[in-house]
Amino acid sequence: MTINEIQDELISDFELFDDWESKYEYIIDLGKEFPPLEEQFKTEENIIKGCQSRVWLNAYLDGELLKFEADSDAIIVRGLVSMLVKVLSGHTPEEIASANLYFMERVGLHQHLAQTRSNGLASMLKQMKTYGVAYQAKSFNAAS
Amino acid sequence: MSNNLDIASIRNDFPILNEIVNGKQLVYFDNAATTQKPHLVLDALSGYYEHYNANIHRGIHHLAEKATSAFEQSRRRLQTFLNAPLSEEIIFTYGTTDGINLVASSYGRTFLKAGDEVIISTMEHHSNIVPWQMLCEEKGCILKVIPINDEGELLMDEYEKLLTDRTKFVSVVHVSNSLGTINPVKEIIAKAHAVGAKVLLDGAQASSHLHLDVQDLDCDFYSLSLHKIYGPTGMGILYGKKELLDAMPPYRGGGEMIKEVTFEKTTYNELPYKFEAGTPNIADVVASKFALDYVDTLGKSNIAAHENMLLQYATEAVKEIEGLRIIGQAKEKVSVLSFVIDGIHHQDMGVLLDQQGIAVRTGHHCTQPLMRRFNITGTTRASFAVYNTTDEIDLLIQGLHKVKRMLG
Repeated sequence: MTINEIQDELISDFELFDDWESKYEYIIDLGKEFPPLEEQFKTEENIIKGCQSRVWLNAYLDGELLKFEADSDAIIVRGLVSMLVKVLSGHTPEEIASANLYFMERVGLHQHLAQTRSNGLASMLKQMKTYGVAYQAKSFNAAS
Repeated sequence: MSNNLDIASIRNDFPILNEIVNGKQLVYFDNAATTQKPHLVLDALSGYYEHYNANIHRGIHHLAEKATSAFEQSRRRLQTFLNAPLSEEIIFTYGTTDGINLVASSYGRTFLKAGDEVIISTMEHHSNIVPWQMLCEEKGCILKVIPINDEGELLMDEYEKLLTDRTKFVSVVHVSNSLGTINPVKEIIAKAHAVGAKVLLDGAQASSHLHLDVQDLDCDFYSLSLHKIYGPTGMGILYGKKELLDAMPPYRGGGEMIKEVTFEKTTYNELPYKFEAGTPNIADVVASKFALDYVDTLGKSNIAAHENMLLQYATEAVKEIEGLRIIGQAKEKVSVLSFVIDGIHHQDMGVLLDQQGIAVRTGHHCTQPLMRRFNITGTTRASFAVYNTTDEIDLLIQGLHKVKRMLG
């Protein structure tokens, strides 16, 4: 599936919820089900510090695909992180670098990407795209 | 009705309390961060801009005179509020942090030298830690920290042990923003003075709850912000004893603070203008008088009685929440209820309460060393003001149950 197909699928998942409680219960469930990041990757280097919660992001190349693993100490942020990973992980660096993330806005969660939320989510998204750009440059350099 | 106050009518003074947040009537419990503003203050702000906006002290036209007079009236109003002996001991600042920086920079850099000691406490806001760390780093001074007990009270015996003839400055918080603890500041000041040290009180939280009298306290400096006393943001005052302020060099250079400028040498203006470089925050200074008038009309002791009732009610009510632990159980407290719940991250708590229209503060409250002392990364903090009600606390309790169920 392309990045946009995954986003569209998430948007239709959220259409099932008609109140904030079921929406957040779903995010909490996503957070609970999301596999924790192995301790060895919870390094100072991988940490994205928000004001209130911490987010860890690990990136690696699997063949031509850039993959992400992540974690957070707050469960709702974990659920949101799992969605960003679901959308962006396993695509080429080019696709990730140029992705247009619209699903957060469409499902009414864009406030979590706002700076005031201080949850590190906006910084995480930026970091994921930065990895995309960096690996794109790396593979370009390797090829030439 | 609660004691002598008609809370329903007081709520009508605050238009923002009618806001609908996430489909619910707003419950505003973030008063320790900033209080809401009554009509009186909002009208004073727009009234200033509509009728007498002008730059002060220099103009001789009608508007400038009117603005200057209102500005200086606010200074005298704040003098009364703190019971300061002289109006020129009231310096307008941008807020509590600005006032502390002024003292650390101007007094600290002039009068402290290598080896001198500065004492702060474990429960300081970063605003009363970092300026002193910067000073100590620059001058080679030593920063010492008064420890606290598990209830969140200063260990006064330990404080006494820290005091020596090398202690030159003590800067402590009057009321803790994270815990609500009211510190025994009069005793702290007397003991500091006994070894010849000067004392600054961070009054950001105390000013809206407690009766203030800088002469009775005998503090050397007192810094506060008006936005926590129902007044406008971006405005505060520093009180300082005249002989100290006179001995201190200016903190910032520019207009207003000068007597005469030549390229060879500048002579400085008198107090308080020496410390007020540039065009001040005139509108907010003018409106701050009305905030204090509002507080006076209600009566500070009436406000305190209502807030204490809310604190007791909430402290009792949260006992029914399983796994909840109150952080800060000092005998002397203002209306701040900080807590953690087993297995629930404070950020999740904040997000889910917000969905229910309840505004609380979550996180470390800019007191990271204090959080480390309690071995936590943050708390959820509900802080109450005069317009809050027990019905709102009931909504908070319902909200907490819901959050527990959702995250359980």
